[in-house]
Amino acid sequence: MIRIDSVTKRYPDGTVAVDRLSLEIPDRSITVLVGPSGCGKTTTLRMINRMIEPSEGTILLDGADITKQPVNTLRRSMGYVIQNAGLFQHRTIIDNIATVPRLLGWSKDKARARARELMERVGLDGALAKRYPYQLSGGQQQRVGVARALAADPPVLLMDEPFSAVDPIVRKGLQDELLRLQAELGKTIVFVTHDIDEAIKIGTMVAVMRTGGRLAQYAPPAELLSDPADAFVEDFLGTDRGIRRLSFFPSTGLELTTTAIVAVDATAEQIAARATPDVPYLLVTGLDGRPLGWSAPGDLTAGAVDPAELLPFGRPFVHGEESLRAALDGAVLSPTGWAVAVDREGRAAGVVSQQTIAEAIRTAHAEGRDAAKVAG
Amino acid sequence: MNIFHFINAFFSDSTHWHGYDGIPTRLREHVQYSLIALGVAAAIGLPVGLITGHTGRGGNTLALIATAARALPSFGLLVVMFILLGLGLLPAMIPLVVLAVPPILVTTYEAMRSVDPSPVDAARGMGMAEPEILFRVELPVALPLILSGLRSAAIQIVSTATIAAYVSLGGLGRYIIDGLSQRNYEKVVGGATLVAVLALVTLGVFWAVDRLTVSPGVRGRA
Repeated sequence: MIRIDSVTKRYPDGTVAVDRLSLEIPDRSITVLVGPSGCGKTTTLRMINRMIEPSEGTILLDGADITKQPVNTLRRSMGYVIQNAGLFQHRTIIDNIATVPRLLGWSKDKARARARELMERVGLDGALAKRYPYQLSGGQQQRVGVARALAADPPVLLMDEPFSAVDPIVRKGLQDELLRLQAELGKTIVFVTHDIDEAIKIGTMVAVMRTGGRLAQYAPPAELLSDPADAFVEDFLGTDRGIRRLSFFPSTGLELTTTAIVAVDATAEQIAARATPDVPYLLVTGLDGRPLGWSAPGDLTAGAVDPAELLPFGRPFVHGEESLRAALDGAVLSPTGWAVAVDREGRAAGVVSQQTIAEAIRTAHAEGRDAAKVAG
Repeated sequence: MNIFHFINAFFSDSTHWHGYDGIPTRLREHVQYSLIALGVAAAIGLPVGLITGHTGRGGNTLALIATAARALPSFGLLVVMFILLGLGLLPAMIPLVVLAVPPILVTTYEAMRSVDPSPVDAARGMGMAEPEILFRVELPVALPLILSGLRSAAIQIVSTATIAAYVSLGGLGRYIIDGLSQRNYEKVVGGATLVAVLALVTLGVFWAVDRLTVSPGVRGRA
């Protein structure tokens, strides 16, 4: 565990970058430092590997003061990823990744073997090994940056706005990749960003900092969205806080209606049996069970359904895996007002109305409040 | 009589190819003076430029000294050195070194300062020691510019080393100075042509060194 204990960074000109900050960074989880520019988030990160020395206070790594070991030994035990990747342009991709193992005295062959392994792990094509950084896209360079930081298998990973310089689509891919990697590797990651959505997406714990280097709130993302500590945090979280919070509620508990589904080759009797008064539309599925579209029961001709005449069904959500946010989104997008739930293989598992989703949200909020009370 | 006639006459005269005043001897002397001057200038300019460039300190002082040194006329300095030190290699070498240090020093400093700071930050954060950062991260990237500084210093030395003949030394300057005093323009033009050819060869050598030492990753980006 990394423990930041009332740390202050004051510059000779009197500027206070970080003001009596205390944080406990749990092991094997992603802790995000987020805030507007000038809030001291990067300074805080850089004090953990002693790129910046604090003016007051101490930082403990597994109970030991970080200043008690040689600075380069400390840094080699922490992976470091920065914005724009900071690759060595005169070295090939594989030698970039092998940097820290080489510093630690590994043989060239062993270091390169390890580098190849990491390229695969971060999703880089092995054919890129002998290329130079300028031949790679921004997203690929950032993956190399992550691989290089992981090369010596350090327990701690420090990431300073690593995905800020790439376009939104690439950024989303890199975030998903980081979460996947973290599930495999279980590193203690400290991640700096100015993007609150990124913080909420990837953080196990999120520290919101405000200008002047003070901590505004330190909480798991769901709690941040439900109970912002003050007006600053609320403002920083931005609009749609309620909708975004739904991402943290699973769709597992949603009660699905399974009777309103007919196959494309259904007989007149089957259609009549499924068309009940409380179900205004029927979902038609293909022979493989995948949804094709909606239809009013009266418009269906037994044995001769034309898929082109069906109403679109929007975006289905994976039941039990995706959140209530995805379910609500599906219902809002669907012209019938009903969301389609599918299983992992994409087969229709049931349908659910906006009303049912709204009730599930109310229940989840009530449970969330109870849980918060218990925790408090 | 045109210049090509002079050149032709000078090089076709077989006496110019033998003896202590022959082209091979004078060429060897000229190359020798140039290498000594470049070596000494690099030994001063490179370390100072690398270290100030790496640390970022002393840049302004450096620029000031370099500008002042550039303003010194080499020939004037040669005369002063001759008065102070008499004849010999040293009074001829000092003006050449003074001429060559500023371009080496200033370009090396600028080359180091122009290295992208993010790989340096990454290297430091990974636990590289400062000398390792200088030699393994900054220098390989700064190398093309540093070589260009050395190249322009070398060209200036090659052309200015002719003044060594004024203090009774050899080199290609002999042909020019002797030719002028003897009103032998064939000799003057021949010497000047050799200096020009040597300068071109110097360019070629630096081109080859650049090809061999600069990483394709650095060259490809430029």
